[in-house]
Amino acid sequence: MSEQATPLWEVFIRARNGMSHRHAGSVHAADAEMALQAARDVYTRRGEGLSIWVVPSAAIVANDPDEKGEMFEPTASKIYRHPTFYELPDEVANM
Amino acid sequence: MMKDQALFTYCMRLADDSAIISQRLSEWCGHASHLEEDIALTNVALDHIGHARELYTYAGQIEGKGRDENALCFHRVEREFANLLLVEQPNDDFAYAIMRQFLFSAFMHPFWEAMKASKDEQLAGLAAKAEKEAAYHLRHSAEWVIRLGDGTEESHNRITDALEFLWMYTGEMFECDEVVSSLVAKGVAVDPMSIKHLWVETVNSVLTRANLERPAQSWMQTGGRGGEHSEHLGHILSPMQYLQRSFPQAQW
Repeated sequence: MSEQATPLWEVFIRARNGMSHRHAGSVHAADAEMALQAARDVYTRRGEGLSIWVVPSAAIVANDPDEKGEMFEPTASKIYRHPTFYELPDEVANM
Repeated sequence: MMKDQALFTYCMRLADDSAIISQRLSEWCGHASHLEEDIALTNVALDHIGHARELYTYAGQIEGKGRDENALCFHRVEREFANLLLVEQPNDDFAYAIMRQFLFSAFMHPFWEAMKASKDEQLAGLAAKAEKEAAYHLRHSAEWVIRLGDGTEESHNRITDALEFLWMYTGEMFECDEVVSSLVAKGVAVDPMSIKHLWVETVNSVLTRANLERPAQSWMQTGGRGGEHSEHLGHILSPMQYLQRSFPQAQW
């Protein structure tokens, strides 16, 4: 299948109510409806999902890996941003 | 003579339909156009295997001679199979497989929907599950019919060939012999004529969207329910039954 006829789509699956969609993988498909079906057939065969998003891979804007110094390194030294200085109540399940 | 010969025959017909179309779909495993469709077709095959297993098991219980699902599926010969001729037609190309599935699922979806009201609890229970699966089979095959019909000249020609070849096998789905009519009268079976308008509606609307012309021919093939099959069935049964015939009682 040519890349032009069946472009790539990124698949996001939400496993349960209250959770967020997570990236599951990608599929090739001719259009949005077929991408949705392909995602269902490939990534939810074992009851993995209750909701599917598909997004054209070409629509995803990614950072340049060469910029990772300025993008991500500055956070490494800021330990006070991590919420590790207090205890979470058990009732807060999915932080 | 068993207590309910008609119900046994009816369940065996439905079981054979599911087993044979499942075997046809399984032939695509490792051969479909791309990975996504390979899995999609075998998912559909697995749904049909599930229906076949429940129906064979139930038929074996009705018969009461100790035959289980394996005995009924793998230790019967061609002439004993009562599936529709439509489901045994070969995978000449992807368009044939898609059109066969579409014409069948466009019937099976309203069929299972109606079967949910059956007075037979086993059949009604299976219908509740099968109806959702059939809805997806129909959606998947219909979307492909539309894309092949409304796609390139090549895809249009291939799906047109498939439609014209398979059309004569669609009449059998609506046959109503004594087995069916006696069970319809008891509120157990689905009267196929009662859902024909739904099948016609689905087929017409999808063919229109696919830029395909509904074949004009009205002559229909028949014989599958009575065990008179096309030459293809024997070639389906031989790989399908090989293992159980070589190693009877083999367990997964």
